[in-house]
Amino acid sequence: MKQIVILSGKGGTGKTTVTASFAALAQNAVLVDADVDAADLHLLLKPENTETHEFSSGQEATIDPERCTACGICRDLCRFDAIDEDFQVDPFACEGCGLCASQCPEGAAVMRPTLSGHWFRSQSEYGPFIHAKLGIAAENSGKLVAVVREEARNDAKAQNRDLILIDGPPGVGCPVIASITGCDLAFVVTEPTKSGLHDLERVVGLAKHFKIPAFATVNKADLDEEMAGKIETACHKNGVKTLGRIPFDPAAVKSVVAGARLVEYSSGAAAMAIRDIWRKLSYELELLDAP
Amino acid sequence: MNRKTIAIASGKGGTGKTTVSVALALALAERGEEVTLLDADVEEPNDHIFLNVEPPHFEDVGIPTPELIEDLCDGCGDCRTACAFNAITVMGGKALIFNELCHGCGACSLACPPKALREVDRPVGTIDRMEVRGLTFLRGMLKIGEAMGTPIVHRLRKHEAQTGWTIIDAPPGTSCPVIASSRKADALILVTEPTPFGLNDLKLAVGMARALELTFGVIVNRSDLGDREVYAYCENENIPILLEIPFDRHIAEVYARGGTLLEARPDLGEKLVEVAKNLGEARP
Repeated sequence: MKQIVILSGKGGTGKTTVTASFAALAQNAVLVDADVDAADLHLLLKPENTETHEFSSGQEATIDPERCTACGICRDLCRFDAIDEDFQVDPFACEGCGLCASQCPEGAAVMRPTLSGHWFRSQSEYGPFIHAKLGIAAENSGKLVAVVREEARNDAKAQNRDLILIDGPPGVGCPVIASITGCDLAFVVTEPTKSGLHDLERVVGLAKHFKIPAFATVNKADLDEEMAGKIETACHKNGVKTLGRIPFDPAAVKSVVAGARLVEYSSGAAAMAIRDIWRKLSYELELLDAP
Repeated sequence: MNRKTIAIASGKGGTGKTTVSVALALALAERGEEVTLLDADVEEPNDHIFLNVEPPHFEDVGIPTPELIEDLCDGCGDCRTACAFNAITVMGGKALIFNELCHGCGACSLACPPKALREVDRPVGTIDRMEVRGLTFLRGMLKIGEAMGTPIVHRLRKHEAQTGWTIIDAPPGTSCPVIASSRKADALILVTEPTPFGLNDLKLAVGMARALELTFGVIVNRSDLGDREVYAYCENENIPILLEIPFDRHIAEVYARGGTLLEARPDLGEKLVEVAKNLGEARP
């Protein structure tokens, strides 16, 4: 079983559009949306939800005003400024470490598990689809990513599917690390802008850090051919192979508005480029097994 | 006006947070206002690209992480019990610490009977700072391979201006680092685009803004691409649309090369300043 994660560093470069097209082209894959903060892949895969599970992770302090003597020990110890002058806990600041509860002489501070979100098992036209929704202002997105990836591996094993395709989050932090670790290959979608270049270098650095082979494409490349060239040069310097460019194509936005997979929606330039890239990427995946 | 902090967030990435943040900060500074710009997208900070500077190192940000004094550890495991983040286990009769899971709460060293854990600051990122184009600019940056950007955002916000404006460029998404960037701001601007992705993620961002009880409004970028659903949603929810920026290949080209929105569309400066002045209340 192989796992591919689609990343970008910078947001809004086209990860989800590309992933949905890959999902339509792949055969025998399990699909995952690991952007649990702002999941969008379901808008293009139009899956039928079959299971909804609660995701509970971490805990949160509450202070019982009846027992609290306002001694101030908890406030002095809390490093997250989560306890205010009236000994109320700010749930957005509390990290759930439990220090206040363990040190409160009156037993007034208690920890309660928090509901951090939900994860879903769904069925799409292209295979099982595991996705999630982190609760509003909830923490632990990395753990939720770990949960959806484990469920995807279970499905892949149970159904003899040999590929897991993961739509990753933007950035290089906790949920991205949870998305990339253990993958066989990272595919980076970037755009021909200075920001795209800067962010690509950081996400490629992350792939290197975890020793995951990385490949890349420049999306909307013809918006600035010179910058696209600079990005490809930066990729090659970092040992990242580029698998072709995707041209700017109004069909891309239209396919998103239509809730469709670009490669099925259009036979235009961008769709053709994605088909070509998928063919090359599949080949690279096979090469990983070559002696 | 004494001071006002405005955070710029979006839910979805790539909608134009950085474009709006830098343009707003520069437009205010050009009008003689006192401005501090905080780049809180610590995973992928980009404001410096558009200010065309590389700000010098100002300070390191660390998480106080336990270090084991082996001779004192008796392997009792109290630290493991105290740690809510599974960052400590006991192996071969000694505590074993997983630094990258540590939140730096201090529970373990407090719980250790023989005082075998001492805290050392483990660097997770940096803050860079410089005065540029009439504003004070600070950038937070997470070290590659580190998971938690939130401590850097917290430190960055300690540099919020005591007088004048603070503009905070938040990361995408709606989780911990975004909350740390926007909570207790005097106003929040959500930048979106009129597509199903933009709408879906705007709804999440609105949920966050409401949970944090923030005064907020929406800027629609590339407002003439996509569909009308974002507008219908905002109308139904009584969310003010503060500004619309139509798609313009010229803006995209200037952006690609690291130019600001004001270079492409100088007329938007006045509009952004008006938006900032009318949104939320200043603090004394």
